[in-house]
Amino acid sequence: MTKVTFVEANGTEHDVDARNNRSLMQAAVQNGVPGIDADCGGQCLCATCHVILDEQWYSKLGTPDADEEQMLAPTPERSPTSRLSCQIQVTDELEGIKVILPEFQM
Amino acid sequence: MLDKVQPLRMLDQDPKTIPLDQIDVSQAELYEHDAQWGFFERLRKEDPIHFFDHHEYGRTWAVSRFDDIAYVEKNHEIFSSEPTITIADPPPDIPFQSFIQRDPPEHDSQRAAVQPVVAPMNLAKLEALIRQRVGVILDGLPVGETFNWVDEVSINLTTQMLATLFDFPFEERHKLTYWSDATTGAPDVSGGDFITIEERNKALAECGEYFVRLWHERANGPPGNDLISMLAHSEKTRDMINKPMEYLGNILLLIIGGNDTTRNSLTGGVLALNQFPGEYDKLRKDLSLIPSMVSEIIRWQTPILGMTRRTKQDTELFGKQIKKGDKVVMWYISGNRDEDVIKGDPNKFIIDRESVRHHLSFGFGIHRCMGNRLAEMQIRVAWEEIMKRFRQVEVVGPEVRAPSNIIRGYRELPVQVHPL
Repeated sequence: MTKVTFVEANGTEHDVDARNNRSLMQAAVQNGVPGIDADCGGQCLCATCHVILDEQWYSKLGTPDADEEQMLAPTPERSPTSRLSCQIQVTDELEGIKVILPEFQM
Repeated sequence: MLDKVQPLRMLDQDPKTIPLDQIDVSQAELYEHDAQWGFFERLRKEDPIHFFDHHEYGRTWAVSRFDDIAYVEKNHEIFSSEPTITIADPPPDIPFQSFIQRDPPEHDSQRAAVQPVVAPMNLAKLEALIRQRVGVILDGLPVGETFNWVDEVSINLTTQMLATLFDFPFEERHKLTYWSDATTGAPDVSGGDFITIEERNKALAECGEYFVRLWHERANGPPGNDLISMLAHSEKTRDMINKPMEYLGNILLLIIGGNDTTRNSLTGGVLALNQFPGEYDKLRKDLSLIPSMVSEIIRWQTPILGMTRRTKQDTELFGKQIKKGDKVVMWYISGNRDEDVIKGDPNKFIIDRESVRHHLSFGFGIHRCMGNRLAEMQIRVAWEEIMKRFRQVEVVGPEVRAPSNIIRGYRELPVQVHPL
């Protein structure tokens, strides 16, 4: 288990014990965090699990691959440190990560 | 070369016993009679990537399972959207081009230019206006009389929404619906019977002139929040008028995208709640289920039957050899009833279904429906306002559906409304 904090656009924080070797998206959905829709079920085929990381975590996790970038690009709230949470695996290294949710998923 | 044989008429066949290789799910009248289910059930089980050499459409593959459809969506480098996304080839007399019929990179830049108009933050501004217009329509319904829900509510409402998005002259708004139906409802595009090819060409010429005029009006005026003004003033798109076929193609795409889909989901919801009265009770007891119900309506209805890709190179798809040029049809209508993915009887309408948003009606991947949030918002607001007024919208006669192999739509749904 790894401690993850999801922060809604309105500032509400959700501390979650995330299971390792699953995605951050699954951690959010399984713990009832609002604001992650995950319409495609984690196949990088929509952008409804969009999250924003701080710069440190973003550089630690690496940039999105071409498929992910293609889905992220048209998202209205895209920021330079945006990711799709279905593409991030939970590991011990993520202990204490803060994940910001956009106001809307699209 | 021998002329190809006409396929069997599917309506006369028993889906359980027809030889597999004779199954042709592209026949528009199948959907007019809602008779497709047995054929797709058979294909999902016995031949999920199903070949049919069609006398009119050529070599086609019907993809019927949810996950296989997602795979085709993902692999857009092989399965192209060019030159179009219908089973029928593009009619030579429709020269319009839109980003739904383009691959990257053109697709990406054109879509990026128009996407802001349906971004959720823009929609939030529109919601109050939409709610007010829904209210006016619902308050005007004739209590105690039988009327056609399709005309009085579904078409009326979506037409008003389109007029709002385009800031289209309100008294002429019916033209938008007509142009949309004309584009999708002709025999050479969808196997439809809404309009003849000649009438369609006339309608589209009128549509073209109209929108070119609106562009110039908006370009010469101050920037506004409507779609045309956004296109005319945005740095990325302000030269689009120099490519009129691209401008008009994208306008038509937005009209069609905002018309048939929402319209038929608004009708489908009424039908679904009447066919599943237990779900109607559930809804009356808990109105907070409306957002979840909206997704279930969109899945259950599947207003766009499917989308077609054209294969750019020889490839293999789950054991089948697909040749360059073959058409690959992703039948969302089938994938949305795939029992391996939609758990808990996919044929049932369940308003609080688990993973209710996990459906194919918006497509997946780079071509995923751009107006999905607008559609959900309109349907949600409509149901919130319906439930404030009516104990029941009662279906009192059989629905009439339209023939098409693109759109799963209704022409009539006779109803009576019963106030609270």
